[in-house]
Amino acid sequence: MTTTPTRTTSLGLPGVRTGTEGVPRLPEGTNLTKKDFTAANEVRWCPGCGDYAVLAAVQGFMPELGLRKENIVCVSGIGCSSRFPYYLDTYGMHSIHGRAPAIATGLATSRADLSVWVVTGDGDALSIGGNHLIHAMRRNVNMTILLFNNRIYGLTKGQYSPTSEVGKVTKSTPAGSVDAPFNPVSLALGAEATFVARTLDSDRKHLTSVLRAAAEHRGTSLVEIYQNCPIFNDGAFDVLKDRDEAQARLVRLTDGEQVRFGREGEEKVVVRTAGGGVEAVPAAEAGGREVVVHDTGALDPSQAFSLSRLDGPSMAHVPVGVFRSVSRPTYDDLVRDQVDSAREESGGPASDADLDALIAGGDTWVVR
Amino acid sequence: MRLESPTPDAPTAPRADESEAPHATGSGGKPVQRVSGVVIRFAGDSGDGMQLTGDRFTAETATMGNALATLPSFPAEIRAPQGTLLGVSSFQLQFADHVVLTPGDSPDVLVAMNPAALRANIADLPRGGVIIADSDEFTKRSLQKVGYTVSPLEDGSLESFQVHALPLTSMTVEALKDSGLSRKDSERAKNMFALGMLSWLYDRPTQATEKFIATKFAKKPAVRDANLTAFRAGWAFGETTEGFAVRYEVAPAEHPAGTYRNITGSTALAYGLASAAHKAGLPLVLGSYPITPASDILHALSGMKRFGVTTLQAEDEIAGVGIALGASFGGSLGVTTTSGPGLALKAETIGLAVMLELPLVVVDVQRGGPSTGLPTKTEQADLLQAMYGRNGESPLPVVAASSPTDCFTAAVEAVRIAVTYRTPVILLSDGYLANGSEPWALPKVADLPAIDPAFATAHNGAGDDGTPAFRPYLRDPETLARPWAVPGTPGLAHRIGGLEKADITGEISYEPENHERMTGLRQAKVDGVSVPPLEVDDPVAPDGSRARVLVLGWGSTYGPIAAAVRDARAEGLQVARAHLRHLNPFPPGLGDVLRSYDRVVLPEMNGGQLALLLRARYLVDVQSHGRVRGRPFTAGELTDVVRDAVTQLPDPQLPDPRPASAAAPSAGGVTESPQEARR
Ligand code: SF4
Repeated sequence: MTTTPTRTTSLGLPGVRTGTEGVPRLPEGTNLTKKDFTAANEVRWCPGCGDYAVLAAVQGFMPELGLRKENIVCVSGIGCSSRFPYYLDTYGMHSIHGRAPAIATGLATSRADLSVWVVTGDGDALSIGGNHLIHAMRRNVNMTILLFNNRIYGLTKGQYSPTSEVGKVTKSTPAGSVDAPFNPVSLALGAEATFVARTLDSDRKHLTSVLRAAAEHRGTSLVEIYQNCPIFNDGAFDVLKDRDEAQARLVRLTDGEQVRFGREGEEKVVVRTAGGGVEAVPAAEAGGREVVVHDTGALDPSQAFSLSRLDGPSMAHVPVGVFRSVSRPTYDDLVRDQVDSAREESGGPASDADLDALIAGGDTWVVR
Repeated sequence: MRLESPTPDAPTAPRADESEAPHATGSGGKPVQRVSGVVIRFAGDSGDGMQLTGDRFTAETATMGNALATLPSFPAEIRAPQGTLLGVSSFQLQFADHVVLTPGDSPDVLVAMNPAALRANIADLPRGGVIIADSDEFTKRSLQKVGYTVSPLEDGSLESFQVHALPLTSMTVEALKDSGLSRKDSERAKNMFALGMLSWLYDRPTQATEKFIATKFAKKPAVRDANLTAFRAGWAFGETTEGFAVRYEVAPAEHPAGTYRNITGSTALAYGLASAAHKAGLPLVLGSYPITPASDILHALSGMKRFGVTTLQAEDEIAGVGIALGASFGGSLGVTTTSGPGLALKAETIGLAVMLELPLVVVDVQRGGPSTGLPTKTEQADLLQAMYGRNGESPLPVVAASSPTDCFTAAVEAVRIAVTYRTPVILLSDGYLANGSEPWALPKVADLPAIDPAFATAHNGAGDDGTPAFRPYLRDPETLARPWAVPGTPGLAHRIGGLEKADITGEISYEPENHERMTGLRQAKVDGVSVPPLEVDDPVAPDGSRARVLVLGWGSTYGPIAAAVRDARAEGLQVARAHLRHLNPFPPGLGDVLRSYDRVVLPEMNGGQLALLLRARYLVDVQSHGRVRGRPFTAGELTDVVRDAVTQLPDPQLPDPRPASAAAPSAGGVTESPQEARR
């Protein structure tokens, strides 16, 4: 079993390396299927849980990667969604609450030949594990983080979460929650994430396209997935799922295109405000105002951030899709480069004699 | 390895005042007096460079071939208010022509660079001791800062000491008057002047220090030259001044043949980890968050990339251990380094490692606690945290280093256990071991024991349908270790996690009988770690009698205990000594050893934590001597403890005055633990 990463050179060029470069691929002509990624374990989510749809989408997408199955690893924390690894027939670790990004950082950095996936929830990633999440994104460790956001604590039976709306009445907040929620996309953009996207559990096609882009990206890809918890927070995203309402509210971001959405006859556009932000206005009233053209590759995250702020508690206009996708050297590549070049400069792996010399240092004396 | 003199039981070093008369030097200089050993303490403001001065003097002394041990001591603040007692930093070393076990109970020579340094340290100096003080710094203001109304250099209060009040600062400035440096910059070289002077006084070789200065300040030629000039001026001053009538000579100690270097515990520990990983053929991945006094291990390993060592400075302590565990899952040797507060934060992840049964080495360089406690001071009060500081029944092996150089061996041992048994191991060091140094006979990496990671590469069982399958919790019958199958190995994909595992298959299981079985298996695996039997140093007296008192220790108390036992024996007392490297599991037969003595005395730098464990485990009435003063025991105080224990022991012919319950807990009271019953 080799654990020595393959030699890589960082050219610093955008888009040169994909997220799965360096991960062994299946031989030409060999294809896996969804079944190959379906573990034998009985899935134990509640009936109707949004997690089922995400699992099916991921299992269905994985064969597309063309990677050897044994080189894919899924690491999760604690929460309903974090049972995910048990159902995906790859290597996996169901770790402890909030720590999956840290554990995955150690794994991804020490193994260039693995495709590393993290599955987490809003409580796991944004509350107990907030620190690890922001630092993973800041470092840009090559991994894909799927953040299942159901805006509730499911596994502990229904307390409000860091993404629950203000005023949420739950078992732990009978008079309504007074916590201001996080907007995970805004948070990720503020934390220097190089890839940030949002999608929905119920839209298989959109979800798969986002997974594809996230896996393609080299670095930390943060994918927020709006996920319904029918038991403790049912219908949290219903307004985005009803066909007609979805058309009115979902802002499907497409790179290089004007940001437009809305029902037929009620089209809206996103335009710049005088203060440098953005707002959604009826297309008919946009007049001569500058319509925002989405640019996922903009180095300055300001516009992406502004777009993430369109979303509010009313979910009147919710952007989904890829907010940002920029190339920046990844932490794990850089760390491995340092180790590899130190080894190369000294003529390859260390011998016993090399270690003896290290231990001796520069100041020895001999007793005869 | 530890330096043993040919006569380890030689009495304590005679001091300068009781050694040979001076003889003339051959080189026409001052007479030279041979002494067998000296303890010097350099003390000054934390900005005065006392640690550097001490380090250099130590390096010179080591190359001389003296036996030595050092004790750096510094405030937790990087620059505490100048000239105050809080800001005093000191460095003590003992060097001798015979075996040295401790940095010395009290200094023979105190170098005090300011009034604060004098005030903070004078109580430790025995009457007749030598004081070398920088008289320039004894200004009214500096004196007032530490509560002196009159200068102690002038009021006769130091009459019973040999005081050399020397204008070190102005002599340094004078020596540097042509350097072009400002007065303030010139003054900063006064520690090198003092070093030069002391190097002359004790006849230390100077080439290495000159080379060191040249390298350290290579990029700042003016500073380099100033330090060299000050160093040489200090040496020349020693030679010419009337103040020092003699210089001293300490002959090399008789060391076993070999190549030696001087090394601190933290450096030795880093080398041990890297060497063991190398022996196992595993890349070492360190996840660590800076914390005093453990950061030096992170620094050392960070410079060892060419040896396949990857270091990740994590966002917090929890991430540090998470990174290490993630790397271990991937087939590396995951290591995390910390001190007590960090160990507390890592507890949950260490528990996960217990459940996952993956190799992981957790290094705890203990410091005074609880909470932030005494960051720069030493203590051994994390033992119970290491043993039990996790939720649930979560046993893991605990290994402790006993001296700076032993940190190397202990680290290799920790890695061996972690890899062989697929378990987290806690390796205990402490502030004294981390920063203290001693000469080290260099080991050969080729001679270190082999460590076999024995990765799983194939199916090891059959599934329910009888087809070949991988069973992640099917154990090695000998070690009870489970297979280590790393991602990338075809056919062995499996999921592990913190939920209870079903025996053999590793599936999630909430089944009551299974949980008890798995709890027992995890315990039995740790209990079954192969550990060498305890070595007891118990010389039989000429009349054939044996000691009735055993002094037991663990960790960094090795030096002071060994010195105290040596001194007690020199007084004619019969006493046995043993030291534990393995705190979990204990060495086989430990209970029998303890029960074979009438009294077991256990000094430790905590409130009696090992004593508690031993009493609980073996029902032996261990006598605890626990102190928590942030510094190592002195040999002198432990000699008193040993003497009391031996002399106050009731005569075996007479009835025991202790209450019956305490005197006879044994026989029926000693029951097997549930874990032992399960084995
Ligand atoms: S509690 Fe909610 S999130 Fe958890 S499994 Fe049930 S439906 Fe899904």
